[in-house]
Amino acid sequence: MLTFESVTYRHAGGVRPAIDDVSLELGEGEVVGLVGGNGSGKSTLCLIAAGLAPRIVGGTLSGRILIDGEDIAPMPMHELVARVAIGFDDPWTQLSGVTGTVYEEVAFGPANLGMPRDELVSRVDAALSSLAIEQLAARDPAHLSGGQQQLVAIAGLLAMGPRHIVLDEPTAQLDPSGTSLVANAIERLASEGASVLVVEHKTDLIARVAKRLVVLAGGTIVMEGAAAELLADPRLRDLGVREPSAVRLRRRLVEAGLDPVALA
Amino acid sequence: MVGPLALAGLVVLLPAAVARVVRKLLRATLLLTLPVATSVLVINVLFFPGGRDVLFQAGPVTATREGLGLAIEVLLRLLVISGAISLFYLTTSAAELTTDLERRGVSPRLAFVANASVQSVPAMLERAAAIIEAQRARGLDTEGGPLARARGIVPIVGPVILGAIGEVEQRTLALEARGFSRPGPRTLLWHPADRPIERAARWLIVAALVALLAARALGWHPA
Ligand SMILES: Nc1ncnc2c1ncn2[C@@H]1O[C@H](COP(=O)(O)OP(=O)(O)OP(=O)(O)O)[C@@H](O)[C@H]1O
Ligand SMILES: [Mg+2]
Repeated sequence: MLTFESVTYRHAGGVRPAIDDVSLELGEGEVVGLVGGNGSGKSTLCLIAAGLAPRIVGGTLSGRILIDGEDIAPMPMHELVARVAIGFDDPWTQLSGVTGTVYEEVAFGPANLGMPRDELVSRVDAALSSLAIEQLAARDPAHLSGGQQQLVAIAGLLAMGPRHIVLDEPTAQLDPSGTSLVANAIERLASEGASVLVVEHKTDLIARVAKRLVVLAGGTIVMEGAAAELLADPRLRDLGVREPSAVRLRRRLVEAGLDPVALA
Repeated sequence: MVGPLALAGLVVLLPAAVARVVRKLLRATLLLTLPVATSVLVINVLFFPGGRDVLFQAGPVTATREGLGLAIEVLLRLLVISGAISLFYLTTSAAELTTDLERRGVSPRLAFVANASVQSVPAMLERAAAIIEAQRARGLDTEGGPLARARGIVPIVGPVILGAIGEVEQRTLALEARGFSRPGPRTLLWHPADRPIERAARWLIVAALVALLAARALGWHPA
């Protein structure tokens, strides 16, 4: 369980807080979608959840972030990475750049943790198989499609053993086939009991993978609830959130004077 | 001349033949030495002080046999040095080298930096190729005369360099998220093979070096 207790965060030199009094809970095995307009604070929230802000990027934080009830503030980064992982939008910059095979790339994170070699090998094998990319093991990560690279990056996070995974727009740079690879991966993670917080502008993906939705605006949570219902809320469009295609279709039908129920 | 020739054969060409890289080695070595070699040749042949045996004369300069002899000697040495360096690059993988250095106690950070800088070159080249394609699609001229090509480089270098700098921040975060800043040793996934013959070769090299230095110190000067 990942808990935010009235967290307020200000970037170094930021005039107003990027995150303002946010309380949030990510339950065991839960997939939560996080949406909001540009600059609403989604990425900042991800960095805070993973401990990178303020630890690495600076800034000031008040409130507490707990993992399974334990305050993360005193934990050094390399301990934290084994409990909560963060993935970013760009598959390329997430690769270490020093490995010649996917297998070594996935091993990079856990190898940094200095565990015995046997454990390292079994972690890598497990991470590759939970994302169903064993067949990529011997390939050069630089020569994969963006979607495949993103899976490799996520496998590299999984291999460090976290139960909580934060993904900041994991499909932003992917084409539809890459996007569906990542969507499948998120579903697999959830089915194996990981807790996932996923930021996406592609609300179709959120509608598919997330049960619960959190909506940010100006650094605060303005709506929260069941994803299926919230995504149909007309107010989301005013907050700069794209509606899922099913919702848009239904609205267009209604606007055209047709009855979606009768058509179905 | 015997010294450099013997070295060229024993230390450069023989191992290159074993590693089947003779052709590549010759090409790399020639390319590496060509600029220096040209000037060595010109200066020594034409301006060797005290050269007596005149080969030919052209206006104010005189080519001498002594000058040519010295030039060849220096050239051979140059070729041996750059041949040895080329051999190293052609037969050693960056990943194996850094893994082995790490195993021998070099800091993981240093090994990472060394490895990343070597491996980033092909990545940069690929990126440049992609950008060239993109710029060409937008009508940029990257072919033609030298001046046209030089002008064409500007819109390519910009994105490559800026792209690389912009990536640094994201890469830092991604590395941190993978425990990179943890102090202490890393788990090594594999050890580069170190066959007995390789180990023997390394000791042989050290022994040969010591022997040569000793011979020199004792006044041995091969012709
Ligand atoms: N390094 C920084 N320094 C100062 N202010 C920042 C920094 N990064 C972000 N901000 C500010 O914090 C606020 C939240 O930014 P954030 O990147 O979290 O938004 P976001 O919801 O992820 O937006 P997007 O949808 O564009 O990714 C914005 O007002 C932004 O200008
Ligand atoms: Mg963002």
